[in-house]
Amino acid sequence: MDIAVETKALRRVYRTARQEVVALDGVDLRVARGERFGVLGPNGAGKTTLIKILVTLLLPSSGAAFVDGLNVVSQSRELRHRIAMVSGGENVGFGMLKVKEQLWMFSQFYGMPSKPAKRRIDELLERLGLSEAADRRVSGLSSGMRQKMNLIRGLITNPRILFLDEPTVALDVGAARDVRDEVRRWMAEDPTRTVILTTHYMMEADELCDRVAIVNRGRIVAQGTPAELKQQVQQNAIVDLQLSPGNRLLDALRTVEGVAGASVSEQDGIDRFSLLLSNDAALGGVMRIVEASGRQIRGVQKREPTLEDAFVKLVGRGMAEEEQG
Amino acid sequence: MSHPSPLRIFLKTIVARAYPRFVGSYRNRTWIVTETLLPLIGTIAMIYVYRALHAPARYLGFVVLGGVLLAFWQNVIWAMATQFFWDRGQGNLELFAMAPTSLAAILLGMALGGAYLSLTRAVTVLIVVSVLFGVGYTAAGILPALGVFVLTICALYCLGMLLASLFLFYHREAWHLADAMQEPIYFLSGFYFPIRSLGAFVGGVGSLIPLTLGLDAIRQLILPGTPQFIPLAWEILAVIGQIVLYAVLSQVSLRYLERRARQDARLILRST
Repeated sequence: MDIAVETKALRRVYRTARQEVVALDGVDLRVARGERFGVLGPNGAGKTTLIKILVTLLLPSSGAAFVDGLNVVSQSRELRHRIAMVSGGENVGFGMLKVKEQLWMFSQFYGMPSKPAKRRIDELLERLGLSEAADRRVSGLSSGMRQKMNLIRGLITNPRILFLDEPTVALDVGAARDVRDEVRRWMAEDPTRTVILTTHYMMEADELCDRVAIVNRGRIVAQGTPAELKQQVQQNAIVDLQLSPGNRLLDALRTVEGVAGASVSEQDGIDRFSLLLSNDAALGGVMRIVEASGRQIRGVQKREPTLEDAFVKLVGRGMAEEEQG
Repeated sequence: MSHPSPLRIFLKTIVARAYPRFVGSYRNRTWIVTETLLPLIGTIAMIYVYRALHAPARYLGFVVLGGVLLAFWQNVIWAMATQFFWDRGQGNLELFAMAPTSLAAILLGMALGGAYLSLTRAVTVLIVVSVLFGVGYTAAGILPALGVFVLTICALYCLGMLLASLFLFYHREAWHLADAMQEPIYFLSGFYFPIRSLGAFVGGVGSLIPLTLGLDAIRQLILPGTPQFIPLAWEILAVIGQIVLYAVLSQVSLRYLERRARQDARLILRST
């Protein structure tokens, strides 16, 4: 296998005067060239730390990391020619510059000749539907347009490996779709290109990634294709239960025999529980607990497993709960 | 893989990073007030102090030349040395650091872009105050004084790069330090009076700032009767020495502190 990214026992510890936080705890990862590889996990899982080490902005505390065959610590200068990173919610650059000026400025930090850089910028602006905004000031862009501009910044220099850190965070559905479409198109142009994507949108990873790794508390708890990960919950029955608000119920539901995992999210004033049942009989125990809680059942449905369900099974909790700590 | 040469990247980075400052000055005209009219008021106030004290006419020249170089010092401190502090907060520093360019080129670009505003401010102070208050200069000394001025600015910007590397590492603490040092540096550099008045020891300490000796040399060249701190030739040699010293120190410091910043997660807004 031609390897684009490899980490060996990668560990990163943040130290302050009062405490030590282990952000990465022995991460072993191999990403093949040409892959769209997703790193999934809740906030604080270590995704961004991993990316920042791989793009040479952060040194590992121990272990080793190689990108495009180069050591991220000792060969960072050479490596920086070959990579680019785009983060979600980026507010980089200078608001008074026009979009095309800002993109040109960043291309110059890579030594690109101005004419080809401008040609490439025009081409990418066209592709992402931003041609009309080319002469608009950066400060006047919507968040969706800004993120498309950021993606163009990442693509101008034609990197071999593109790192996308939560690239669609806080974008509306249309803008997020455009970003994903462009990533797919860019990859399709050259099979040797590689994308490493961090996200906590499971749907995005499912739709975009060839393989994913689930990171939790600095460790990789599983990796494989989205289909392989979903297979881990294939033998489970997935039941969505919608209840009126009330007392905390999640811990009690998790104790029911036959419940392999449970998560909850709140939407429109209704608590939506996702339950992984190892056998259908467990539903009886669940209903007894719900009845005892006094909550009203607003809906029950059985459905196909998703990556989110695999996450719940592997991590033990839902992504939303992790984010709430 | 072939890449553009480091020199090419270095030069292109300088131009590209200077660009937003040039453009910014054109698109946001409030600088005309902040960079020309307001500094004029400060300089003119000092002129009136000397006039009220019936100081010799050359003291008015001291103030004007002090006002001219003050513009560059402020550019170095607030638009160059502290810039990484702002860039880090905005996320720009990450992108600068992960590009195959050097942070020194980024800093020089910032300086070049900012020097345009500083030059405008300096020329305004020089011409307006000199004309308004009838300050005269020795014509024969103007060309050599320009040469000393260029050397002084080079040394000053090398010092600025050194300070920027400290800001890269200490950021907010360094910001407070720069703020606290502002007035003492105005004093020690002799912006508004001849440095000789401070005596050998204090003047010697002040001479670590390139402005001090550069300013004194310029005054000696174009304002006859300037009390000599040390001989002119020594002052010029010292400024040249400072260019070399601060250039080398800033490169060593930038490399070392960039690595420390990668180690201590100071290039990024921390997120796990």
